[in-house]
Amino acid sequence: MDLHKLIFGVYPYVALVVFFLGSWIRFDKEQYTWKSDSSQLLSKKYMRMASNLFHVGIIAIFFGHMAGLLTPHAIFGTLGVSDMTHQWVAILAGAVFGGLCLIGGVTLWLRRMLNVRVRAASRWMDINILGWLMLTLMLGLSTLPVSIGHAHENNAGVMIVLAEWAQSIVYLHPNPDLLLSVDMVYKIHIFFGMSVFLFFPFTRLVHVWSAPFGYLFRAYQIVRAKRVRV
Amino acid sequence: MKVRAQFALVFNLDKCIGCHTCSVTCKNVWTNRKGVEYAWFNNVESKPGVGYPKQWENQEVWNGGWEMKDGKIQLKSGSKLERLLNIFANPDMPEIDDYYEPFTFDYAHLQKTPLLEATPTARPRSLIDGTRMEKITWGPNWEDDLAGEADKRMVDVNMAKIDKEMYAQFENTFHMYLPRMCNHCLNPSCVAACPSGSIYKREEDGIVLVDQDKCRGWRMCISSCPYKKVYYNWESGKAEKCIGCYPRVESGMPTICSESCVGRIRYNGIMLYDADKIEAMASKENEQDLYQAQLDIFLDPNDPEVIKQARLDGVPEDWIIAAQKSPIYKMAIDWKIAFPMHPEFRTLPMVWYVPPLSPVQSQIDQGNLPVGPDGAIPRGDTMRLPVQYLANLLTAGKEAPIRSALNRLIAMRSYQRSIHVEGKADTRALEAAGITEEQAMEMYRYLAIANYEDRFVIPTGHAEVSLEDFYSFQGQNGFTFGNDSSAGISANSLFPERRKQTVDSLQEAPSADERP
Repeated sequence: MDLHKLIFGVYPYVALVVFFLGSWIRFDKEQYTWKSDSSQLLSKKYMRMASNLFHVGIIAIFFGHMAGLLTPHAIFGTLGVSDMTHQWVAILAGAVFGGLCLIGGVTLWLRRMLNVRVRAASRWMDINILGWLMLTLMLGLSTLPVSIGHAHENNAGVMIVLAEWAQSIVYLHPNPDLLLSVDMVYKIHIFFGMSVFLFFPFTRLVHVWSAPFGYLFRAYQIVRAKRVRV
Repeated sequence: MKVRAQFALVFNLDKCIGCHTCSVTCKNVWTNRKGVEYAWFNNVESKPGVGYPKQWENQEVWNGGWEMKDGKIQLKSGSKLERLLNIFANPDMPEIDDYYEPFTFDYAHLQKTPLLEATPTARPRSLIDGTRMEKITWGPNWEDDLAGEADKRMVDVNMAKIDKEMYAQFENTFHMYLPRMCNHCLNPSCVAACPSGSIYKREEDGIVLVDQDKCRGWRMCISSCPYKKVYYNWESGKAEKCIGCYPRVESGMPTICSESCVGRIRYNGIMLYDADKIEAMASKENEQDLYQAQLDIFLDPNDPEVIKQARLDGVPEDWIIAAQKSPIYKMAIDWKIAFPMHPEFRTLPMVWYVPPLSPVQSQIDQGNLPVGPDGAIPRGDTMRLPVQYLANLLTAGKEAPIRSALNRLIAMRSYQRSIHVEGKADTRALEAAGITEEQAMEMYRYLAIANYEDRFVIPTGHAEVSLEDFYSFQGQNGFTFGNDSSAGISANSLFPERRKQTVDSLQEAPSADERP
């Protein structure tokens, strides 16, 4: 099996299995380590701007990728979204939210590196995962010129191939050959992106699973009883 | 009516000498760990002062506690949605410097340094990043005994409506100690603010705890507690707070701060209250009605109706008896000499305070102060501490209840003085203050003598009700087939190596600087 097949045919499953199983085991066995690991107490400076930009950007990018890559092509057709519209929306949304995320994320990373207190309280993985996310993001942003080039040539082919590949992974009939003709920068970005899922359970990213939407629907006060109700 | 029992405390400020024994024993037992060096579950402040963390009482700064909005009670930090929208960076979050940067000293330098002409010194070092601190500029009790400039202390929000200029003068200055801990509120804003629902109130005794496994470090509790008594452990990334020494309390022992109080100012006991009334009582439109509203929540443990309902609601028999003998009930309800701190925060706090008298004997001796009918004991409203100040602290500014409490405390003294000095009981002061001789004798017993068994009336927890099958539990305590008795540490972990539990650093103390 060549390297291409390994990376785009096997690696996605390795990453996904580690992502789901690792998260599950960590939640089950090590819930005390399951947290956002905020360093806001140690330094508030830049946090309001940077953390909000980073989070808003990355959440938008995540859902943008999910919708853009995993929606079957036929549905876009039914909705009347042409491939070219799809491509321009992806480019613009990616540029805007990617830009916001980059400003926020790089500020956060610099804060983590340069603020003495935050640095001292940082684990190896805190620094690495943010750095890795930023590298992935920068790779993603550097696909923009290529995509814009495709768009100007009225060519949505690469985008469709990327979506088909992503769907082939999800539908469990991986087709790495689809990516053979795709520009290198996409492939590196995909590799970095898949690796985020691989690292996920071993980092503070697990707090994503615990996004507290339930808070909106619960009563203010919580009382726990030790008494066994018979 | 839904009867619940609450573990409650009263601190008799009249006897607090500011020795900090409570704080030190608490710290040694609960927060002597990495990440919470700066956290004092119990601390003692010198008032007036900005306190710890700085200006904690000023909710215009921190947005803690509750407020009335369109006739409905809501967290001051906004709606649930607003709080979730601020989750990426809590705008009301204090910074470590609002508390103080925790520090240690290079003690090893004193022992390891080679022979020098000058005495070696132990210089301070940050406990967060290990760097040298040239100067310590703030600490947990920086204003001890009115240290520092009056101007800075006068920022205290309790100085509202008080002539700051006048009290800044040395001759007029006043001072009191304010020991503080988690209030284990009936309407806790930390619980209400927790996005992950990890903070809860225990049904059995009302102690408020943070579930360390469920806490995700969203840190909304830190800012929403108006008393700033939930702390963020910057090492573990979890919220931590006073646990009401529940392992001790469950065994019938007082909290460690209460047990170790050398002035015997702390009282522990049980209060019965009507849980159905919490929201209505916390929602009184006028802040000054909140003290009375909280009194109205409490139930009379001798009322047969209350006892009947308490049994139905699962309050154990010995807890009902404890509530009947509660020192808290006597001081808060019978004598009305104890008050909740800052009722205007609307959390219905359950650590109550007997206001201090601050008598000024030399002023009395010189005849500068008006005295009562006995010619020796000063009147309650002529004390050095402005009544308005105590009212701002304890009754949202309402002076009448404070004045009455001070008069009762004074009357009890006057009455005792007449017995011990004049040799015959003079009840004029008692009548004026509205208490009976019997009550005055009891107040004397509880406040002046303060025997251990009167201060602490704590029923043991009922572990048996929490066990599904206590026969099989017998003989296997500590040994199970799970991880119950282990701290969960293994050498080869898939997961981040640090922060599995908050343990103290095992690193050696820094060595003395090597001399060439």
